Amino acid sequence: MKQVFINTLVELAKKDKRIFLLTGDLGFSALEKFREKFPKRFFNMGVAEANMIGVAAGLSLSGKIVFVYSIASFITLRCLEQIRNDICYQNLNVKLIGIGGGLCYGQAGATHHSIEDIALMRVLPNMTTICPGDPLEAEMAIKLAVFHQGPIYIRLGKSGEAKVHLKTPRFKIGKGITIREGNDITIIATGNMLYNAKQVADRLLNNNFSISLISMPTIKPIDKEIILKAAKETKAIFTIEEHSLIGGLGGAVAEVLAESGEKILFKRIALPDSFSKDIGSQEYLREKNGLSIERITNAILEMYKKLKNENNGKRKTT
Amino acid sequence: MSEKSKDYGDIAKEIRKKILKMIFNSQASHIGSALSCVDILTVLYFKILKIDPKNPLAKARDRFILSKGHAASALYATLAQRGFFSEEVLNSYCLNGGKLPGHSTIHCVPGVEVSTGSLGHGLAIGAGMAIAGKHDNKNYRVFVLMSDGECDEGSVWETAMFASHHELDNLIGILDYNKLQAFGKTKDVLNLEPLRKKWVSFGWQVKEIDGHNFKQIEKVLSKAPFKKNKPSIIIAHTIKGKGISFMENKLEWHYKSPSKEEYLFALKELTSK
Repeated sequence: MKQVFINTLVELAKKDKRIFLLTGDLGFSALEKFREKFPKRFFNMGVAEANMIGVAAGLSLSGKIVFVYSIASFITLRCLEQIRNDICYQNLNVKLIGIGGGLCYGQAGATHHSIEDIALMRVLPNMTTICPGDPLEAEMAIKLAVFHQGPIYIRLGKSGEAKVHLKTPRFKIGKGITIREGNDITIIATGNMLYNAKQVADRLLNNNFSISLISMPTIKPIDKEIILKAAKETKAIFTIEEHSLIGGLGGAVAEVLAESGEKILFKRIALPDSFSKDIGSQEYLREKNGLSIERITNAILEMYKKLKNENNGKRKTT
Repeated sequence: MSEKSKDYGDIAKEIRKKILKMIFNSQASHIGSALSCVDILTVLYFKILKIDPKNPLAKARDRFILSKGHAASALYATLAQRGFFSEEVLNSYCLNGGKLPGHSTIHCVPGVEVSTGSLGHGLAIGAGMAIAGKHDNKNYRVFVLMSDGECDEGSVWETAMFASHHELDNLIGILDYNKLQAFGKTKDVLNLEPLRKKWVSFGWQVKEIDGHNFKQIEKVLSKAPFKKNKPSIIIAHTIKGKGISFMENKLEWHYKSPSKEEYLFALKELTSK
């Protein structure tokens, strides 16, 4: 996604001279393309995130569209107050690019895991929060960010993410994307969990379940319509994300469902509310935390069976 | 005292009266912090800044950022005095349904360029504006007024490094050094000294002045920026609560609001002087 980001931004910056790129000394062997083409619109800000966000605000107040790049955990946490006061409060055209969302930097340890960023960004007034699910969604998100008035946080993966969509999807900020429609189970996934969610859906289909699969790149504003439609048309909703159980996609969907009055089995599949004690790759940590294809599939099957049994039980007693 | 300095004195007195009324009406805080930067604001807005109250967003204007946003009453009063908006608006300062929040907020009235309130933000925003000015070949200057306590914030020093590294000579800092912060003397809370040496070592061109001497303020601001390819900073030695005798150099006027008696006494002082 790193390459998709920079290639897309270089193309956009050729046409739009207002585009600037700031980085917190990260992006080696990716951002050079932008620096070479537009040296006057590129700043390596050093390891100084608070200043980086302030400078982005100043540039934006002077009419620029500013992309700010760093590792997801750094760009959202180190300078959270600058994001809130300088960018969101003043509703500025600054686009934060968080690379390595979730457990992408698995081996690096918990300082580099970004598991709170969605919750933190979506609670900020004016902040649109987008987690593209594959390279095609990432490309669309970057393109639309330029035309969107106001701040956006775009949470990207790292590199080598597989395409999930066969062709460029109909991507609109604030809208989910229906990949498959069915009657039994709805799976809603965001960001770098979309690939696994698609594999899970395929396995469940092979088990003769009728599956709806929704990609939900925008967490804020959340697409209420698509959630409520799923609640009406299917028997269970599962959300999948590489983020804390608290406040991310699952939280956003739960808020919609709880206030809707719809009675439906709902479960969040996400990372536990804890710092990872395990050491290992993204794949290893996913497996440990129940986010591998196998473990998600089994969890959904188990929960769904339990629900059916409960419902049958209820029918007997009434 | 020259004729001009006398004029400045009259204007500053009017601004101080406005601040006093605003803070008394709203029973808000930070009157001491507001009063310490009035003389600097007076010279900036009545002499130095290339601004037009009738065209507050003119592209070529000089930018001013009140990074010590808690002194917003001083900025609002100065802008009203300079004709950016009607003086009546000041009556609503900090009051329910009013237009003027306790910390300066972007475009709440014409002339307020940036939202501030949390310390250590303004200089970086100013640096961003300075970068944009250089990039666009514009000649505007960016002035950022900071407090001394604000220099406790690490972010100030991030920007200090950044601005000299990028040779932002269109960025001019002003430090309102009244030596009192919220809970004590700066030298007791977190010593800033040697302050001049700090800024020099960060690559800034530094000048020190008496921040209540109009002649010195005008002279130093007229020369800014001081050196090509270097950001400038003016360390202005000031007195917290300046202009109202019983508030001068008194820590409690960081937070306290004047009673009716104190208000009348202070008003009399400002009127008679």
